[in-house]
Amino acid sequence: MSILIDKNTRVMTQGMTGKVGQFHTLGCLGYANGANCFVAGVTPNKGGQNFEGVPIYNSVLEAKQQTGATVSVIYVPPAYAAAAIDEAVEADLDLVICITEGIPVHDMIRTRDKMKGKRTLLIGPNCPGLITPDEIKIGIMPGHIHKKGRIGVVSRSGTLTYEAVGQLSALGLGQSSCVGIGGDPINGMKHVDILRLFNEDPETDAVIMVGEIGGSDEEACARWIKDNMKKPVVGFIAGITAPAGKRMGHAGAIISGGQGGADTKLAVMEECGIHITRNPADMGRVMKKILGSGK
Amino acid sequence: MKIHEYQGKEILRQFGVPTPRGVACFSVDEAVAAAEVLGGALWVVKAQIHAGGRGKGGGVKVARSLDEVRQAAGQILGMHLVTHQTGADGQVVRRLLVEEGAQIAREFYLGMVVDRDSQRVALLASSEGGMEVEEVAKNTPEKIHTLRIDPALGLVDTEAAEVARRIGIPEDSIVRAVTVLQGLYRAFVEKEAMLAEINPLVLTADGRVIGLDAKFNFDSNALFRHPEITAYRDLDEEDPAEIEASKFDLSYISLDGDIACLVNGAGLAMATMDIIKLYGGNPANFLDVGGGATREKVTEAFKLMLKNPNLKAILVNIFGGIMKCDVIAEGIVAAVREVHLSVPLVVRLEGTNVDLGKKILADSGLPIISGADMADAAQKVVAAARGE
Repeated sequence: MSILIDKNTRVMTQGMTGKVGQFHTLGCLGYANGANCFVAGVTPNKGGQNFEGVPIYNSVLEAKQQTGATVSVIYVPPAYAAAAIDEAVEADLDLVICITEGIPVHDMIRTRDKMKGKRTLLIGPNCPGLITPDEIKIGIMPGHIHKKGRIGVVSRSGTLTYEAVGQLSALGLGQSSCVGIGGDPINGMKHVDILRLFNEDPETDAVIMVGEIGGSDEEACARWIKDNMKKPVVGFIAGITAPAGKRMGHAGAIISGGQGGADTKLAVMEECGIHITRNPADMGRVMKKILGSGK
Repeated sequence: MKIHEYQGKEILRQFGVPTPRGVACFSVDEAVAAAEVLGGALWVVKAQIHAGGRGKGGGVKVARSLDEVRQAAGQILGMHLVTHQTGADGQVVRRLLVEEGAQIAREFYLGMVVDRDSQRVALLASSEGGMEVEEVAKNTPEKIHTLRIDPALGLVDTEAAEVARRIGIPEDSIVRAVTVLQGLYRAFVEKEAMLAEINPLVLTADGRVIGLDAKFNFDSNALFRHPEITAYRDLDEEDPAEIEASKFDLSYISLDGDIACLVNGAGLAMATMDIIKLYGGNPANFLDVGGGATREKVTEAFKLMLKNPNLKAILVNIFGGIMKCDVIAEGIVAAVREVHLSVPLVVRLEGTNVDLGKKILADSGLPIISGADMADAAQKVVAAARGE
């Protein structure tokens, strides 16, 4: 098992025919069961064409009806990406993964409001996507660094997720699923939503949770962990050295009004029983130690 | 993207929020002429820089005659205004706002932010105007009233009126306060701001409600559809290194340490700064070259880092996903040959085509120190910066 996606998931790609969409679609098709999983593309006015044998439809609804795909991945440019999410939600998909970086925040506020009362889950935007090793990869992460196993990974950042995964794989610790939830202030699933799923997944033994400065999602997640989590969690927060008021690349990564500092987050996480490390090179080793000690 | 107070007030007026009459000025003579045109017997001369806390730093002066306007303008223009937001060097004042004075009865605080938790725009209002809102939030949080605005409905009359009453706007001025609150909200949404503040919002002796200050920070991802906001950009207020970086689509922020770092990805870039600090060094910058770094981008990144006079060493930390390590290695070699490297360079490569990348660096004959992993690379660069 795994969370959210596995080898039986059927995926459509919104924005498959753009340069970025093409590049990553090839990567996803070539990974594990990808050739069977990626069954449709959506590009308005290009219906009837295909890319690498994957048929293209004019709309999400049409792609869903024709292929049975229930998950969508979005590479649509930022100005149109929120509308692409809206379309996927309207078509009642199970899960939408928005890779696009740089979507205007007010677009996302409207999109998230429209999602209220709908059942569609959203991951991202501005995220690397998610992967269940040796089964399916939906997104832009390098597949080859992953290894099938029993550790869950959830992170707000792309390359820092790869760093965590790389450390785990190098120590022989495979992953059940790895989820990049994205670095934007207004986004879909939060740390806590992913932790809930890992908690219930019988094939996940422990979780690495990677956070960043800004907001209070990690604190909320830590409190939930304290009361509910049955499995050990290793935590790291990037941005201990980041000065207040400076936006560190991700629109969400900013310390403002004394809120969202790394030290506060780490203190709350530690209080809640998370095995924190202040050294980003130690995430894998801390996990190995905990598993070895049987905690 | 931040703008000046006088620009913020232009926006507020477009949305029906009253502000004092005022004129932006670039010289002392212009300031005096502006005061004459405005008329009256009381003026305020205000430094226009993007940082807050201008009053405490001596950047806001009240003048009771044209001579005093001249004197105040002369003192403020060109000064290095130091506030809690500028750093120790301060910011040079190049623009002034000369305004008519207001008969202030009471001061309030009004703010708007994009609230992550509710995924809405939040309105913050307080009876404690003119103060640092962070201080109010810390010491008397009950004095801050927060309203999370439903994006489908907007800021409705009844809710706006209730907020106004809660902060103590008198009944006779409630309608005027509602106009201000709704105007600010419309400006915030239509111009796509991330943050807006009117501090203080004032009640005048004759019952009017006016914005005495205006601070805006706009979503840079939305500027493509707001040329009128982009036109407000003032490059003098930005770090030259950060402006240079933005030309090459590099995300760069200057810090005060001496170990530069070049990383792909914002999270890993922050983590790299953190690990440098952890091993006893001081990061000189945040630099994210992004997912699609080319040889040109890497070269420009090196040029930027080398402009720092305090620079003692450089750490390159790349986890290649989409980005292939051999391409990055070629970029590093080309950049080092072009820029004439004067400090030790430590490189840590991981990910796609890593062996090929490491071979390219080794074969280059350049004095590049190789880091086996993130910790090893950080320890080596800290040692190199100390001259060990």
